[in-house]
Amino acid sequence: MPENALNDYLPVLMLLLFCVSFAGINLLASWALGKRAPTNPDKDSAFECGMQPLDQGRQRFSVRFYVVAMLFILFDVEVVFLYPWAIKYKALGMFALVEMLVFLGVLFIGWLYVVKKGALDWNTQPKPGRLNK
Amino acid sequence: MFDIAASLAKIIILTHTTLILAMYMPWVERKVSAWIQDRVGPNRVGYAGLLQPIADTFKFIFKEDVVPGHVNKTLFVLAPCFAVIPSLFILAVIPFGPAVQVMGQSVDLVIADLGVGILFVFAFSGLAVYGIVFAGWASNSKYPMLGGVRASAQMISYEICLGLSVVGIFMGAESLRMLDIVQQQIDGSWNIFTQPLGFLIFAIAAFAETNRLPFDLPEAETELVAGYHTEYSSIKFTMFFAGEYAAMFVFAALVTVLFLGGWDLPFMDSASFAAMGNWGALLGFAVFLVKSFMFLLLYVWVRFTLPRFRFDQLMNLGWKVLLPLALVNILITGFLNLP
Repeated sequence: MPENALNDYLPVLMLLLFCVSFAGINLLASWALGKRAPTNPDKDSAFECGMQPLDQGRQRFSVRFYVVAMLFILFDVEVVFLYPWAIKYKALGMFALVEMLVFLGVLFIGWLYVVKKGALDWNTQPKPGRLNK
Repeated sequence: MFDIAASLAKIIILTHTTLILAMYMPWVERKVSAWIQDRVGPNRVGYAGLLQPIADTFKFIFKEDVVPGHVNKTLFVLAPCFAVIPSLFILAVIPFGPAVQVMGQSVDLVIADLGVGILFVFAFSGLAVYGIVFAGWASNSKYPMLGGVRASAQMISYEICLGLSVVGIFMGAESLRMLDIVQQQIDGSWNIFTQPLGFLIFAIAAFAETNRLPFDLPEAETELVAGYHTEYSSIKFTMFFAGEYAAMFVFAALVTVLFLGGWDLPFMDSASFAAMGNWGALLGFAVFLVKSFMFLLLYVWVRFTLPRFRFDQLMNLGWKVLLPLALVNILITGFLNLP
């Protein structure tokens, strides 16, 4: 029933409008009512505990953050795959259990590989692989 | 026409409840922390400092909104919007009471009872990460940058645990619809009893998702000044604040709906709520609010009990403890639910 489905989403759209206008009105109120003071170089500069900013604001950061982001995408997709299966679990019975054992097994092996590889260790150097031994 | 008016009424009730709670949560937090630490707490503005949140709001609006010269202006303005919009938007699928009878029609007290239910929640709670990342990147300053990358890594890591911890519930309820999940708990027992491990994982992940202590690494004030909102002032700072407290309420409401039976009371069932008519709906709404508020108090209690984690401890807890535990939970639920 596509018509019904669309009707379901009308209140969602109304709520979105409300949220966006809430944010917009807040910004507008501050813009209209807020104090305005002359600026100066110190006020304009990046906050660094009272010091003159050293170097650039956007520094290089640890590559581990990228690794975590990539792992997130992999695991999150696998989580989403679990949802339809979970809903139909009781209807599917034994078949679903075996399927789950296989799927969760693959998920677990992937997780074990990531852990053993040291991708989630933040304190130590990465373990030497075959290439950089 | 009737549907639109009903939706509008529901939107106004739920968003205003959330915003007023978000406004008064800092006051509750200060009072409770004062009580825990044997201090007095706010007591100057109004009786017991009750007018303090209102005074603060006006003060924030009238302060100068500094946009420093070194920032990326578009993202700098967008970031607080992204912090506050998703947490309010998630309210769309949260049922907050049994059905009411208005002009002969039955109205479910949920803004939209979507079939995708909880997926909607995860989709938009994921969007909240953007607010923090935008803020960290746009500020073009060291502390916000560090806070931003930390926040993104933390929030996405715990989102996996959050997603996995509720799979057991779907196996019981056989639906993603929030109303179905509540109904299943009213008919049977609350999910906190059938899914204790899932509840624990969900609660811990909720703390991490809302950047609350002991997981407030993104804004760890003793090391990062104020983290991702260091460069923000005036209303934009308030919006980050409001977004965080609104998200706290949303997660408290989610815990209530998913694990604490929604508006269910132990000695009442759907029929006894229906027998009381609209007073039953009001009672249900009150029960829902009290349960959510209990979880909000837990946030405060934990904040003043536990010290902050180190970042590697935080990541280890998420990836090496909670994730396998969540998988084990699914496994156990699977074996228990075998027909």
